[in-house]
Amino acid sequence: MPEVLQAPLVVEFPFTRSLGPVQSAFLTGLRERVVLGVKTTDGRTLVPPVEYDPVTAEEIRDLVEVAPTGTVTAWAWNHEPRRGQPLGAPFAWVLVRLDGADTALLHALDAPGPDAVRTGMRVRVRWAGERTGAITDIACFEPYDGEPAQPGGHTGEFENPLTGIVAPARLDYTYSPGRAQSAYIHALGEQRTVGERCPSCRKVYVPPRGACPTCGVATAEQVEVGPRGTVTTYCIVNIKAKNLDIEVPYVYAHIALDGAGLALHARIGGIPYDQVRMGLRVEPVWTEGARYPDHYRPTGEPDADYDTYKELL
Amino acid sequence: MTREIAVVAFAQTDHRRSTEESSEVEMLMPVLHGVLAQSGLRTADIGFTCSGSSDYLAGRAFSFTLALDGVGAWPPISESHVEMDGAWALYEAWTKLLTGDADTALVYSYGKCSPGSVRDVLTRQLDPYYVAPLWPDSVALAALQAQALMDAGHTDEPALAAVGARSRADAEANPHAQLKGPVPHGDYVVRPLRTGDCPPVGDGAAAVILAAGERARRLCARPAWIRGIDHRIEAHGLGVRDLTDSPSTRLAAEKAGAFERPVDTAELHAPFTAQEVILRRALRLGDDVRVNPSGGALAANPVMAAGLIRIGEAAARIHRGESDRALAHATSGPCLQQNLVAVLEGDPR
Repeated sequence: MPEVLQAPLVVEFPFTRSLGPVQSAFLTGLRERVVLGVKTTDGRTLVPPVEYDPVTAEEIRDLVEVAPTGTVTAWAWNHEPRRGQPLGAPFAWVLVRLDGADTALLHALDAPGPDAVRTGMRVRVRWAGERTGAITDIACFEPYDGEPAQPGGHTGEFENPLTGIVAPARLDYTYSPGRAQSAYIHALGEQRTVGERCPSCRKVYVPPRGACPTCGVATAEQVEVGPRGTVTTYCIVNIKAKNLDIEVPYVYAHIALDGAGLALHARIGGIPYDQVRMGLRVEPVWTEGARYPDHYRPTGEPDADYDTYKELL
Repeated sequence: MTREIAVVAFAQTDHRRSTEESSEVEMLMPVLHGVLAQSGLRTADIGFTCSGSSDYLAGRAFSFTLALDGVGAWPPISESHVEMDGAWALYEAWTKLLTGDADTALVYSYGKCSPGSVRDVLTRQLDPYYVAPLWPDSVALAALQAQALMDAGHTDEPALAAVGARSRADAEANPHAQLKGPVPHGDYVVRPLRTGDCPPVGDGAAAVILAAGERARRLCARPAWIRGIDHRIEAHGLGVRDLTDSPSTRLAAEKAGAFERPVDTAELHAPFTAQEVILRRALRLGDDVRVNPSGGALAANPVMAAGLIRIGEAAARIHRGESDRALAHATSGPCLQQNLVAVLEGDPR
């Protein structure tokens, strides 16, 4: 069996999220060094605040300022900080109940070591130097043995309140396409196209994924298909994709390679876009060093009869 | 409830640190064929198919559609998917069978943790405004819960080590387990949790077949009847919850009828040792109940399949006559946020 392929895969996206009135006030408050909670109808103060009471599901809007000092209610020592976490040096994860709040906020505590942390210890907010209206405007908590701070009685009304946040997310993977697709990609590297035949219905799948989706059984028998094939259907693309070095309009087509049980898709070149047609016979064009055909071009053969490819549409 | 529904077949893969040589569907297909062979059913006989998996584990959108290649979706089938553990897919299939729309259901789930970092991946299920931007990983949140449990006096580090040791010792009898036998309690990952308190990271898949009434009796010598099943969720704000307790598990168990009569076996989905302590208390399990004879999630934790495996393991013990009334539990989310409880029984012997 040829080597199973692997490649790094990075999934990264800047999620843009809109804020409701309560989240907007809370995050705008952090920007202005004010911590806000929200009152439930039974008189508890939730920090961080939410728009609906977690017990009754009632909508709640009654904002109230709480102190930037508080008490640790749970902690865990993180001796190996990971990417994206609030501090680069070892720190404690903490749930902190701020003075005036009835619930706890999750954040990091900057402490010299686990022996310096305990449930019930007093802490205060350390503000970030540059604040944008995000939970990370609290840089972290730090130990504090002074008097509880007195909240300022802020109403939650701000100049220029935030209406949204951007929450970047990035995850790193090592992608492996598995046995069947690795074999397909290896063969492409030798300018060959291989599919796999279903032992039950005898259909040849290109590219193969190791299973026949019709019969639900494993496929293993490799079959070389093509290189020539027939255009079964196509479309004309008029929109130029970003970073794509292909002039529009161009034709994207489904191509049934000779011997294949279903069509794959590729770009058609070497012929004006308005002369591409169903039944056109095509062959792959490889560029130097490429791992897949750049496009398919007409072979010059007569068009295929509709009956020869109608099952592959 | 008018229809009796049972688990009639269960199969799982050998759980391994990495299955890079296989795609998801290649990993899944043996267990799909396994349950079909056990029940004697063919693909065309299945009335409803439901699966559980996560795009974030795969790093690809709509990744479950590729796994559908393994079930033979032609002629067209009745199919659904949950972006959750397969235990919740089983719940959906159970309700479908209750309606009478189908007599049999295939439920499967799979998780390949090896392509990414599961600790990072699971941060993406957290509150995106207040929590996810801090990237608290799954072990960190479980460690907060463990410390809260210790502060409350419900456990200590030696007791947690004993949970891990018992699980891995039991796993020696489980040919599918990934981590078995003596495993050192190890160094802290996030204190107070040590490596031995955490589940192995691995790849795996599982499948179950459900059948209703007489159909179940024809397909299985001793069906595992689902007497009740329920799932509950708690507030997403960690600071709103009492992390030392699991009221959602207790309520789900009550609604599933778990407290009506004692169970002899409990398969608990507790990826971290401290969570077993919490679940035992929430479910009022005495020392006479056999907990996680399979080794549980501490022996194999393919994310998105580990909960379905708990139901499958409990059912398989009933099939084999090793249990008469078993409880199966599945969890999802940080610190036991969402919990599902099923009560399974065999016919009297």
